[in-house]
Amino acid sequence: MENRKIVLQTEGIGKYFHDPVTFKVLDDVSFKAYSGEFLTLVGKSGSGKSTLLYCLSTMDTNYEGNLFINEEKITGQKADDLAMIRNKSIGFVFQFHYLLPEFSCLKNVMLPALKRKQYSMEEVEHRAFEKLKLLGLEDQALKPASKLSGGQQQRVSIARAIINDPDIILCDEPTGNLDSKNTELVFDTFYRITRDSGQTIIAVTHDLDFAKASDRTIELADGKIVSHHKSFN
Amino acid sequence: MKIKNVNLDIALTHIITRKRQTIVAALGVTIGIAIYLFMNSLSSGFTMYSRNEIFKNNAHIKIYKEDKTSTPLSYTTANEPLPILVNPQLLSESKKIINPNRLIEQLKEESSITHVFAQVNVDVFYNNGKTQLKGTANGVHILEADSMFDIASYMIAGDLNDLAENKNAIIIGKGIAENLNLRLNDNITVSSSFGVVKLLKIKGIFSTGNSFTDKAKSYIQQSTAQQFVKEDIAYVTTILANTKNQEASPQIAEKIQALTPYTVEPWQVTNADVLSGDLVRGTMMRAISLSILIVAAFGIYNILNMTVMQKLNDISILKATGFSGRDVITIFVTEALIMGAIGCLIGIGLGTLLILALANVYMGPPVGYFPIYFDASIFMKSFIIGMLVTFFAGFIPALKASRVDPVEIFRK
Ligand SMILES: Nc1ncnc2c1ncn2[C@@H]1O[C@H](COP(=O)(O)OP(=O)(O)O)[C@@H](O)[C@H]1O
Ligand SMILES: [Mg+2]
Repeated sequence: MENRKIVLQTEGIGKYFHDPVTFKVLDDVSFKAYSGEFLTLVGKSGSGKSTLLYCLSTMDTNYEGNLFINEEKITGQKADDLAMIRNKSIGFVFQFHYLLPEFSCLKNVMLPALKRKQYSMEEVEHRAFEKLKLLGLEDQALKPASKLSGGQQQRVSIARAIINDPDIILCDEPTGNLDSKNTELVFDTFYRITRDSGQTIIAVTHDLDFAKASDRTIELADGKIVSHHKSFN
Repeated sequence: MKIKNVNLDIALTHIITRKRQTIVAALGVTIGIAIYLFMNSLSSGFTMYSRNEIFKNNAHIKIYKEDKTSTPLSYTTANEPLPILVNPQLLSESKKIINPNRLIEQLKEESSITHVFAQVNVDVFYNNGKTQLKGTANGVHILEADSMFDIASYMIAGDLNDLAENKNAIIIGKGIAENLNLRLNDNITVSSSFGVVKLLKIKGIFSTGNSFTDKAKSYIQQSTAQQFVKEDIAYVTTILANTKNQEASPQIAEKIQALTPYTVEPWQVTNADVLSGDLVRGTMMRAISLSILIVAAFGIYNILNMTVMQKLNDISILKATGFSGRDVITIFVTEALIMGAIGCLIGIGLGTLLILALANVYMGPPVGYFPIYFDASIFMKSFIIGMLVTFFAGFIPALKASRVDPVEIFRK
């Protein structure tokens, strides 16, 4: 694992919250994520997992330390450049799907690709359809996003996260709202993505089975990394 | 529907899926624009009407000899050791313009001047039996005067040509006819302060709509007027000139002033009171109509603000997946502009109907049809101002949307 390409790296990330009192929510977080790695982040509720994920996402820029993606320093870049980096290199899956309710599933999946303007409209449509197929949703493609079940919506949001073939997919409790069948489906998809196309997944999770099945698990406690490896008691 | 531009696509989808809000917002602009267009056309109509009134009686430029006031004090000189004090008073000099033909020839050469003619104004009394009215007789070549003032258009009886052919003819204002109880082809006694009395035949009656003018003004032949003041054929009191561009009259007057010692007065100076009235009315109309438009735009602001508040999730995920702040602004401003454009177009249609309805209201003489004026430029201006106001109404919520912090939203 160690001799593979480093896709994401943090150097001593620290972050404070000031409301209601100043406290250090992240403390000297340093780790590396490798291409094709399925990495899970675990820890008690309130340990700072989501906060760390938002720092990695480039959406939260208010931290100390450094963040690198594909060996490029991300920390300190301008908002518009960060938006472009997110568009190209990062996919997101949250506990909630955040689909645009007025658009069809297909259009929802297409949006990040349309923003990227790398492919023609027809190609984007074709690729989005392929991604939906990957998640077993080809029959739902033209339905409005709001008409799908919760599990289906979450799968559409995964298709959206991977439409631009990002190097990294960041997930915050992606199976938190799902039943066991959908959880399994999502996990399988993630597993396939990392194995087949060498993309990296960093997923915050509460689900110990989910964590156990991943390649590596980082455990956070009070904003610090307490273990880099699997150590489930 | 396949739209290449993804921001436009999102904006249109919001507009289409929120028809009710779109219609409400557009309707506000519709009413605002309709009123704006209507009021501005009214204002232009009133201004046009008042201009027409002015030009029934005024040339663009008037050249005359101004009354002089005697200087109150003659200063000490070597010859006159004592200063002399005199009460300031009007000097009773003749109003005669010397060598008018030379000036008229010079004016005719100016390319900016379209009409020039000389006039002899005489203060007279109109008499019928014991009744007497004071007024001014204008000694003119009536056809020249008609080409400037379009007198024929407000004649209510008689014919201008009768005056052109008859030295003893007179054309009088409607007020004179009514006050002296006179009709067409009646005789009227006209006397001047020089003791000349003439019996003239009424060959025409005009109504300018200005009761003051109609009660005092008459047209007679120039030679008849010269006889009233016991002067020869060279006697002229006023030179009138029209220009190609009435608004430029003050500048042209300034140029002419260099050619002559007499007073050269543009119509704007003669009618300063009317113009300032027009200005106040115009400003008020503009202010009111603009306020209504701004209130209408507030509707767009409100609805877009609401949309932004309801779409925090959508905005956040767009930003997360790589849409920049500028993209978000573009999306919401586009929505505002689409609502605004729909509102503006319907509003211009509605405004046009209002204008046409009023333009067909007959007010009776001397006004005729309701004075309302509109041309392409007023429509263009309404549309542009409508879109501008819409833009700002949309920009504020759009800016707010672009500043949404997705992290804050995702945490909830
Ligand atoms: N915006 C905020 N302001 C102040 N404190 C916050 C804010 N967001 C999160 N926190 C606090 O920071 C800590 C870490 O939160 P979070 O990263 O969401 O934990 P986790 O995802 O591990 O459950 C918690 O104690 C939480 O209450
Ligand atoms: Mg969390």
